Amino acid sequence: MSSHTAQPDPVGKKAHMMMGLTLILGAAATVLWWLIYQSLPGLSRWLTYHLLPLKNGSHLGASVEFFLYDTPKVMMLLVLVVFGVGIIRSFFTPEKTRAFLSGKSELAGNVMAALLGIVTPFCSCSAVPLFIGFVTAGVPLGVTFSFLIAAPMVNEIALGLLYGLLGWKVAAIYLGTGLFIAIFSGWVIGRLKLEHQIEDWVTANPAAAVSLEEEQMTWNDRLVYGWEAVKEIIGRVWIYVILGIAVGAGIHGFVPEGVMASIMGKGSWWSVPLSVTIGIPMYSNAAGVIPVVEALLGKGAALGSVLAFMMSVIALSLPEMVILRKVLKPRLIAVFIGVVACGILFVGYLFNMIL
Amino acid sequence: MEIKVLGPGCAKCTKTEKLVQEVVRENNVDASVEKVTDMMQIASYGVFGTPSVIVDGEVKCSGKVPKKDEIKSWITQ
Repeated sequence: MSSHTAQPDPVGKKAHMMMGLTLILGAAATVLWWLIYQSLPGLSRWLTYHLLPLKNGSHLGASVEFFLYDTPKVMMLLVLVVFGVGIIRSFFTPEKTRAFLSGKSELAGNVMAALLGIVTPFCSCSAVPLFIGFVTAGVPLGVTFSFLIAAPMVNEIALGLLYGLLGWKVAAIYLGTGLFIAIFSGWVIGRLKLEHQIEDWVTANPAAAVSLEEEQMTWNDRLVYGWEAVKEIIGRVWIYVILGIAVGAGIHGFVPEGVMASIMGKGSWWSVPLSVTIGIPMYSNAAGVIPVVEALLGKGAALGSVLAFMMSVIALSLPEMVILRKVLKPRLIAVFIGVVACGILFVGYLFNMIL
Repeated sequence: MEIKVLGPGCAKCTKTEKLVQEVVRENNVDASVEKVTDMMQIASYGVFGTPSVIVDGEVKCSGKVPKKDEIKSWITQ
């Protein structure tokens, strides 16, 4: 960690003032954020039933109020969470993570890899170069998988949305079980000794790892980094959030109470496997699927089934498998899908049972 | 000068290529810009984040969209 305050230098005083200014602005922004957030329920009701000619208790009214309340709420929470995680991420790079994980023993390595998967900045489209980089640098295969499973599944967007729509308990359950699946699946894959199932060209002539000199970041840089993350991520997902909430609002207003209980309820043993089977080939990000999930829960779907559905949509997807096929032989892909799906099934049944 | 932008074609990679093209044009640098999308080729550079920018065989950045003045400093030396 380095900051301007750590070493006094000629520009130290100016940096101090900048820092002070940033803190004051930050505090003001936080207060403003909180005030707006607090007034959202009232505002959405007023907009729906006073500004728009909708009747309280009507289907359309319920849908519109839900939409007008949830959209700004979720967006505001996302900005906050993405910004916070962005700042944490500025301390990590894939290079550092790799150096840290290479040569780690299996179980501890799986745990560390899953945790680092959450905070290491990495774009899903670089899964293949990252996989190659890890494996050729001596990170065990299973540990690499723990990272690759945790990174898309447990992310700031999912956590922010779950917290905003379903409360901190569900967000914490998701975080815990997501990590568990990543650790468990990676460990199993490691135990199965499937190294020969990596495509031969990957390990045939490993390229020398490039070491870029690391940039020294000040706290100001980190704040800018966090803000860039907000612009980039919100810019990418806002449309999915709005579409997801619109679908959720439709379900909320028009689908009768309890209708989901028969399909995704806890009474039927097949609801968890069915949710996973539907979820795996589906490709959506957390932003699109979670608002729908919230609405399903409200209509009597069981938490375990819904959690299983959500996880299989986010963690396993057809396009990702197509990309990974370039470095993995079909059998390893099948094992990967199978092991993760089993982990998700277990989590689904567990929560349908205990809740 | 030979510039390569490595990336399988996600939004960030496309943006990086566009920025590099822009900077090359604005500064009248005599350079060829090539987009590399093949995974095997990308891996052969030893980078493991995309987008990456390679200038005359040297890795200049990886795993992020570079800023315009960064790109400028790489190609106008």
